[in-house]
Amino acid sequence: MAQFLFEADLHGLLKLDTPIPNAPPARWQRKAKESGPGPSPVGVSPMKPANRSHSSSKTPSKTPGKSGSKIQNTPTKAGGDRYIPNRSTMQMEMANFLLTKENDPAEESPTKKEQQKAWAVNLNGFDVEEAKILRLSGKPQNAPEGYQNNLKVLYSQKTTPGSSRKNSRYIPSMPDRILDAPEIRNDYYLNLVDWSSQNFLAVALDNSVYLWNHTSGEIIQLLQMEHPDVYVSSVSWIKEGNYLAVGTSSAEVQLWDIQQQKRLRNMTSHCARVGTLSWNSYILSSGARTGHIHHHDVRVAEHHVATLAGHTQEVCGLKWSLDGRYLASGGNDNLVNVWPCTQGGGGDFAPVQTFTQHQGAVKAVAWCPWQMNVLATGGGTSDRQIRIWNVCSGACLSTVDAHSQVCSILWSTNYKEFISGHGFAQNQLVIWKYPTMTKVAELQGHTARILNLTMSPDGTTVASAAADETLRLWRCFEMDPIKKKEKEKASSAKSSIIHQSIR
Amino acid sequence: AAQQLGREHQGITLRGSAELVAEFFSYGINSILYQRGIYPSETFTRVQKYGLTLLVTTDPELANYLNNVTEQMKEWLYKCIVQRLVVVISSIDSSEVLERWQFDIECDRTAKDDSGPREKSQKAIQDEIRSVIRQITATVTFLPLLESACAFDLLIYTDKDLEVPEKWEESGPQFISNSEEVRLRSFTTTIHKVNTMVAYKKDSVP
Repeated sequence: MAQFLFEADLHGLLKLDTPIPNAPPARWQRKAKESGPGPSPVGVSPMKPANRSHSSSKTPSKTPGKSGSKIQNTPTKAGGDRYIPNRSTMQMEMANFLLTKENDPAEESPTKKEQQKAWAVNLNGFDVEEAKILRLSGKPQNAPEGYQNNLKVLYSQKTTPGSSRKNSRYIPSMPDRILDAPEIRNDYYLNLVDWSSQNFLAVALDNSVYLWNHTSGEIIQLLQMEHPDVYVSSVSWIKEGNYLAVGTSSAEVQLWDIQQQKRLRNMTSHCARVGTLSWNSYILSSGARTGHIHHHDVRVAEHHVATLAGHTQEVCGLKWSLDGRYLASGGNDNLVNVWPCTQGGGGDFAPVQTFTQHQGAVKAVAWCPWQMNVLATGGGTSDRQIRIWNVCSGACLSTVDAHSQVCSILWSTNYKEFISGHGFAQNQLVIWKYPTMTKVAELQGHTARILNLTMSPDGTTVASAAADETLRLWRCFEMDPIKKKEKEKASSAKSSIIHQSIR
Repeated sequence: AAQQLGREHQGITLRGSAELVAEFFSYGINSILYQRGIYPSETFTRVQKYGLTLLVTTDPELANYLNNVTEQMKEWLYKCIVQRLVVVISSIDSSEVLERWQFDIECDRTAKDDSGPREKSQKAIQDEIRSVIRQITATVTFLPLLESACAFDLLIYTDKDLEVPEKWEESGPQFISNSEEVRLRSFTTTIHKVNTMVAYKKDSVP
């Protein structure tokens, strides 16, 4: 029984309601001893009479507090309490042990053992007990000394100290404006903001789409989904800025007229949510969670004119090139596909390029406006790389580690740079110089990961929507007025030459 | 190369299946070592496999070690006597097991008696393997950060009566106390089925 005592001791130490052994006897105990064994019955412990004596010898001089403390002084191990006065017939140690310790499996009956073994064999396909575990000795060196597991460094990036890089221009570190975006869905795979050529910023907040007029500052609620469970998963302006395409979680692609604030079309062809949209004049391309991309000709009744099947998981990035020759798509399957605008010989669309180098979902997809056939892509959390490709040759021109999930990339012609939006840990926007791929600036301010980026029609301002329910407008590509004048002069000079030659 | 072509047309044989699975383990283990940062990322190079870009180590010692394991796995898979492969990741300082990648292998022993190859296209198997490898890559989004420098160990569960070859020694299972488990996709060649699962130490601070 010795081991039970030890166990019981251990458990007793951890419990508050068991008696304290070896403690100096309480006042009433001493009193009881003094008064002798008079009122004590058959019970063994001195505690019992204590309880009795408490009830019988309560004197008026005793304060309530004192009597209270008497009750709290619990009996010794085999003793009773006010509920069960006599516990001498109970085996406290044994009971304690059995209640608190798990049963020793060796006590199981042989049939139970057989049953368990049969279950194990069924579940594991083999008898795990019977398996031998082997280890190959002579393991190679661990990573060299001084190697720090860089994942920790990666995910807890500290802000880089002010670099000595000379910026050729001033980029304000604070946003121009901060807009409230309540209820914006914190879903990496959606594309919830777009800026039109008419200077309207469309923002999808859960099941509604709001338009913010940048010139006047006015806000209009354009639409709200009829069904409460349906949310808007993507928005995209047509080039002219008078129609807005809206993709929903109910697999619909809707077309809205802004001037009349009316829905023109509701195109259904997908069977899962439409997370991304891209226009190529009158063709609207939509990417869905199934991995399919549909081309819709919005002018005709039979809108669904083509299906591109190149992804096995959600399509989150979709962009037509500026000349309309190629469509780039990025998916959750880590692939980037480049599609031609016309079908191949067999009538099927097949990608002219497929890039598998990204190790994470590719949502950031952007075409270079001043160099033909150059595409920038950015990978998600598992990848964190920004890659520049030549889609004709299929070569990866450069790669840079952004150290953070890339959600969006936008090119800027004003300074031949591009800007990328990031998530954990700094939630920053980074401006990179092209083609040197050096960091020009980092814009911080968001308190949660950035979800989308979009650019103003004049190319000077970038709007970032983040999970912190704000939209920040950064005036980072402001043209120097002198330089601007030069540019305008140059473009006007060109046109005048043309006029001369025509004459 | 000729052997591979032959495999494509003829269906899956036991030897072919053993090779496919052993190859998967080689690339899978490389991916785990890269993704979890056990070895510096500069020591890995990109190769094309299964229609994906995978990272494999360039360190000659490590490559040699993994090669030994792969070759041995091939043999044991062919004999259908291996049941599980485990990659144990433990902290170098505290020797505590932090992560445990478990690949359960179910072998159809009737394939040993059959002489005819099984019907399953190479492409279908590749697609399944691709899904599993992509999932392994994606686990970095939820697995807890490995704060300290870590080392890895490879454990193989075999039949009890197997003669332990040279260079191999017996070992314990190296379980994680208080673990959280996530089951990944499985793939099958119709002769061998591989189930993948990762167990990691539950954070003590909620």
